Amino acid sequence: MSTVVSGVETGGAQRGAPPKPGRGLNAGQGHAAAWLVAPTILLLGVVIVYPLVKAVVMSFQKDSGLDPTTGLFVQGGAAGLSNYKHWLLEQCATPGGGTVDCPPGNLGSQFYDALWVTVFFTVVTVCVEVVLGLWFATIMNRDFRGRGLVRAAILVPWAIPTAVTAKLWLYIFAYEGIANRTLSVVGMPHVLWTGDAWPARFAVIIADVWKTTPFMALLILAGLQVISHEVYEAAAIDGANRWQTFLRITLPMIKVPLMVAILFRTLDVLRIFDLPYILTQGGGGSGHATTTLSILVINQIRAGFNAASALSTIVFLIIAFVAFLFIRFGGADVVQRPPTARRPGGRRVFRRRARVDGTAAPTEAAPADATATTVGAGG
Amino acid sequence: MTSQGGTAPAGRRHLDVPAVRQPGTQWRTTRMYLGLAVIVIWGLAPFYWMIVTAFRDVGFTFDTTPWPTHVTLDNFRTAFSTDRGNHFGRALVNSVIIGVVTTAVAMLVGVFAAYALSRLEFPGKYLVLGFVLGASMFPGVALVSPLFQLFSSVGWLNGYNYQALIIPDISFALPLTVYTLTAFFGEMPWELEESARIDGCTMGQAFRRIMLPLAAPGLFTTAILAFISSWNEFLLASQFSTANTQPVTVAIAFFTGSQPHQDPYTAVMAAGTIVTVPLIIVVLIFQRAIVSGLTAGSIKG
Repeated sequence: MSTVVSGVETGGAQRGAPPKPGRGLNAGQGHAAAWLVAPTILLLGVVIVYPLVKAVVMSFQKDSGLDPTTGLFVQGGAAGLSNYKHWLLEQCATPGGGTVDCPPGNLGSQFYDALWVTVFFTVVTVCVEVVLGLWFATIMNRDFRGRGLVRAAILVPWAIPTAVTAKLWLYIFAYEGIANRTLSVVGMPHVLWTGDAWPARFAVIIADVWKTTPFMALLILAGLQVISHEVYEAAAIDGANRWQTFLRITLPMIKVPLMVAILFRTLDVLRIFDLPYILTQGGGGSGHATTTLSILVINQIRAGFNAASALSTIVFLIIAFVAFLFIRFGGADVVQRPPTARRPGGRRVFRRRARVDGTAAPTEAAPADATATTVGAGG
Repeated sequence: MTSQGGTAPAGRRHLDVPAVRQPGTQWRTTRMYLGLAVIVIWGLAPFYWMIVTAFRDVGFTFDTTPWPTHVTLDNFRTAFSTDRGNHFGRALVNSVIIGVVTTAVAMLVGVFAAYALSRLEFPGKYLVLGFVLGASMFPGVALVSPLFQLFSSVGWLNGYNYQALIIPDISFALPLTVYTLTAFFGEMPWELEESARIDGCTMGQAFRRIMLPLAAPGLFTTAILAFISSWNEFLLASQFSTANTQPVTVAIAFFTGSQPHQDPYTAVMAAGTIVTVPLIIVVLIFQRAIVSGLTAGSIKG
């Protein structure tokens, strides 16, 4: 961030001053940009960076409260790494100042269970969604009547609030609900969908896949629509079969939008809260079979802010790390810089170019994509 | 499985010579319509079930007749009744207040940043874009403990403190707005702005008089997306809302029925229908724009 600010300040002419002759239309853009971008940066600083920093500070503080053994009020104070040890090593503080393994029932002993369940949800939902999303997208990419109807239908699960989705599936998965009734038609026994550990987990996964596959399918569809017919014609002339066409042409050409979709969905499921919280109350099985990391943080809040802050900081670091892996190695090019800016030291080249030709924003150099034709056609 | 779905619809069409009828074309068409049926059922069946149940008498909660039976409006009356401590009507108003203010703030602030990011060249541009994107991937749960402590110390966790809900909502609505608008702006015919400036407009005039009217559909779509995202928010609202400021998502999640330990399914489905149907109508009307807004930015050439 500091780079942004300092860089922008050296940007150009005085704000409001007319562009000096000979400097082109874009003179002073840096300064204007600083004023345009500043409110967003400031506001995000207040609502995201400040709480994040505060959480980190809090995570090194002891939670004040009643000591369970002496019954005396204990003040907070510096905690060192004990809040992190509480989660990562499942170590609970003892009155004497030492630590022991957290007893079962203590939230500290649930960290790895929650991590495991969250990762399980993430891997299963994202994999299923990619397969279903690719299938939906290839179907929707063909010419057919009633395009609007299909697109509207697929937007319905996306538009329903997750809290309502959770209640809807709670009703569907009720003991006497339609899911069990349907199963019994084909001769299967009733399932305690929100009671037993594995059914509860799959109930969450089914509801989540239902709600978010449309998003995946629409992102993939947008990617498919960019591929030109000629490529497929060439492949057909060369005798490629469907599978080869898919592997060698479709997949590589939708790689970026597909990876972006997978990244967004992965990060979404890693922070999943609403669905398991309302559908199964984080329970199932022995009590916390569907407690995800986010639910664990919320459960901890009332038991102590500072330990909760340590956990939420851990969750943030996990998510940031996964996002980093995707963007660095997975090809999820979310920022989509133009080639000149991506080069090492590219910013200099970039700036010089911008000054020379004056007009061409880098994004305009890219060929028009599928969404360009639909923007503004919504009315 | 996807390859069989036919990855080259248009290509095949071009290659088709009318005289040579390709074998299996009819089967492919049938399979495509079967696939489309699966998609439509996927999207609509659970939603349909919610509406059918919402209009079904509570005594027939678990009736599995697939069409409306025992039709009644009682569930809607139950949903709005306040004698069991539910305040659904109040929650609807709250959700509108929170959604409108959050959307307005995010749009007012975000539109300038999006303009700069899509139009201007300045050092650190990709850093700002990266920061906004990072913010959109930020886990909301990381806000809860610091903000909970802060809000409780300034006394915002009781009464009518809507700001305790609006401020955290900005954390996801603003990045969404900036990101979507940047993508929309990137696709606009900016040559018109250049000509306006050559004709003597200042940058501000060119933006207000030429580009803003052109950008209206994109702005409108982004506002819808931001409103939906804050209308649907639950995690932060469940922590920072009071009985007075509770939005609909929280009201529905904690809806209590007349019987303890028995979920009032039909009333909840009625409440869910009320919350969802306006959204669905908006989505149906603006579906093209919403799809382009959702996918904007994920693909570039």
